[in-house]
Amino acid sequence: MGSHPLRGVAGMQQVTLTLTNAVGLHARPAALFVQTAARFRSNITVRNITRGTPAVNAKAILAVLTLGAEHGHVIEISAEGPDEEEAIATLKALVESRFGEDGG
Amino acid sequence: MSRRLRGLPASPGVALGQAWWFRRAVPSVMRAQGENPEIERARLQAAQKQAAAELAALRETQRDRLPPEELAIFEAQELMLQDPELMAQVEAELAAGASAEAAWAKAVEVFAAQLSALPDPYFQARAADVRDVGNRVLRHLIGGLGASPMPEHPVIVVADDLLPSETVSLDPQRVLAFVTEGGGPTAHAAILARRLGVPAVVAVGEGLRIVSDGVLLLVDGEAGWVEVEPEPEAVQQAQARRILWLRERAQAEAAAHEPAQTRDGVRIEVAANVGSLEDAREAFQKGADSIGLLRTEFLYLERTTAPAEEEEVAVYRALLEAMGGKPVVVRTLDVGGDKPLPYLPMPPEANPFLGVRGVRLSRRHPELLRQQLRALLRAGAGFPLRIMFPMVSTVEEIRWLREFFEEVRSSLAAEGHPLPQDLQVGMMVEVPAAALLAEHFVPWVDFFSIGTNDLSQYTLAADRTNPAVAGMADGLHPAVLRLIRHVTAAVEGTGKWVGVCGELAGDLQAVPILIGLGVHELSVNPVRVPEVKAAIRRWSMAEARALGEAALRQEDAAAVRQLVQPSG
Repeated sequence: MGSHPLRGVAGMQQVTLTLTNAVGLHARPAALFVQTAARFRSNITVRNITRGTPAVNAKAILAVLTLGAEHGHVIEISAEGPDEEEAIATLKALVESRFGEDGG
Repeated sequence: MSRRLRGLPASPGVALGQAWWFRRAVPSVMRAQGENPEIERARLQAAQKQAAAELAALRETQRDRLPPEELAIFEAQELMLQDPELMAQVEAELAAGASAEAAWAKAVEVFAAQLSALPDPYFQARAADVRDVGNRVLRHLIGGLGASPMPEHPVIVVADDLLPSETVSLDPQRVLAFVTEGGGPTAHAAILARRLGVPAVVAVGEGLRIVSDGVLLLVDGEAGWVEVEPEPEAVQQAQARRILWLRERAQAEAAAHEPAQTRDGVRIEVAANVGSLEDAREAFQKGADSIGLLRTEFLYLERTTAPAEEEEVAVYRALLEAMGGKPVVVRTLDVGGDKPLPYLPMPPEANPFLGVRGVRLSRRHPELLRQQLRALLRAGAGFPLRIMFPMVSTVEEIRWLREFFEEVRSSLAAEGHPLPQDLQVGMMVEVPAAALLAEHFVPWVDFFSIGTNDLSQYTLAADRTNPAVAGMADGLHPAVLRLIRHVTAAVEGTGKWVGVCGELAGDLQAVPILIGLGVHELSVNPVRVPEVKAAIRRWSMAEARALGEAALRQEDAAAVRQLVQPSG
């Protein structure tokens, strides 16, 4: 699990994570990710560092799917807003739990 | 030019007719400009709402039938409907004066195109999901129909594959046969074809795409091929064969209530697989000698609390009465992580078919099993009741189950309840380990019932719900047949019996092989009872045994099928 500790960047929270679940940000994991992000008031974006994509709205499933984030890809999640710290911590926990399923 | 396409036989019979492709709906008529943005926005919102309700309903009705990954697709589609990025694009189009349908279709296509361009096929496949959601909304906007409507005349339904939800839109009266590109003999289209009694050929492959609507097709569901634009001579032959087949079927119906004996007088019991009281009534009416598999899940699913013992007793008694004193084999609750019950919470499993299911789950919830056994024994007083346990894999499990059962029986007797006199206890054989060690299970059971759908998928390591590999899980594979033979050999001379209750039992090519291998009972879909009885009557035990032995020596399922029906 390649995860950097949380770091503040000019009033913004960010985390970099490696996707270790079986299918990456696809189908059920993508749906869970988006539903979780949508619970927060902060603006949340996510980009696929491995594929070099721009950052997209983490609350939009279509945008998240277009990242094409597969197993083993590195993603960066950023949040800015009143609950940015909690948002990052929650999304990080979700990814690190492999979206609650076994990675096999 | 006549051309023959090979597939897998999935439902017997011969059919001749025009091809009609089952297409997922694609609405086409569209106004580019809208009335004004407010009106168009309101129209779109109403359509999105209707589409969301449909998706939610679909997800609910499919909850028990589809694997979780497929259900997740409906969930993802519900999120796509309200995707903020998609809506931002739609808004921009509406503001520029586009109609609701034009704005929506354009925005959907932007995302679909982006997904199609991704390298991973998993993500590419999501493009189809987006377009599907898009079309669902468009249908409400432009008032198009669900799928392209079936022609008025009967047709041969051609499809890449069919989902349970899709076959709902087909009129069974107008289906002559099914032909699919993917799938296997246990795929949904195959099961539906057998239920309707029409021929089906599955797993034809991409070659099927040369067939266009209206082209004449000749389908041989016994041999497993489709002839495209057959020559007049082949058409004539096929018509003659179809008449013969229909006549044979009528004869089979007429003799359905007679016992099925081989030509040399060996009686084979033909039973029915049922999952409700209505099924049991149909089985009785179709001439089933008994019920070989009563699935009890219907009592437990789609409710938030477990049924009460009294309710179970009443349901079981109604079923036993519907069969008029014929034996009924009841399978205890058979669920797993793929269809968890709200009142039996289970942690998510990566692989529910290899997880806590059947008796593995029952052992973790003995109170539920105890109540079911109590209800069965109470309802069964005065009836020939058989109870069997699903998914038994080890001798230790059957020993535990047997002891548990005896304990329940004694405590009911102590309470003064009348108990069934004609009672047998058995187990399903779905796990290869249980088949291989059958002789060690014999002391603990009165019978075995082989669940060939699961036994095939476990033996060939091929998920029968995955169209890409479902064709591999053919129950006539010699590896599966050898396991079946192991089980029948284990009961020889013991007076105990072996049944088969998977799809294979109703496969007319498999019937002589199974009885030749020593199977005593075939339990099939109620509508298949007459034809299976007729198939048994065509063989002598000596012929069937020779065929069974030859089948065990083959290298694959295709070679086994060739033995029964050398196809031309």
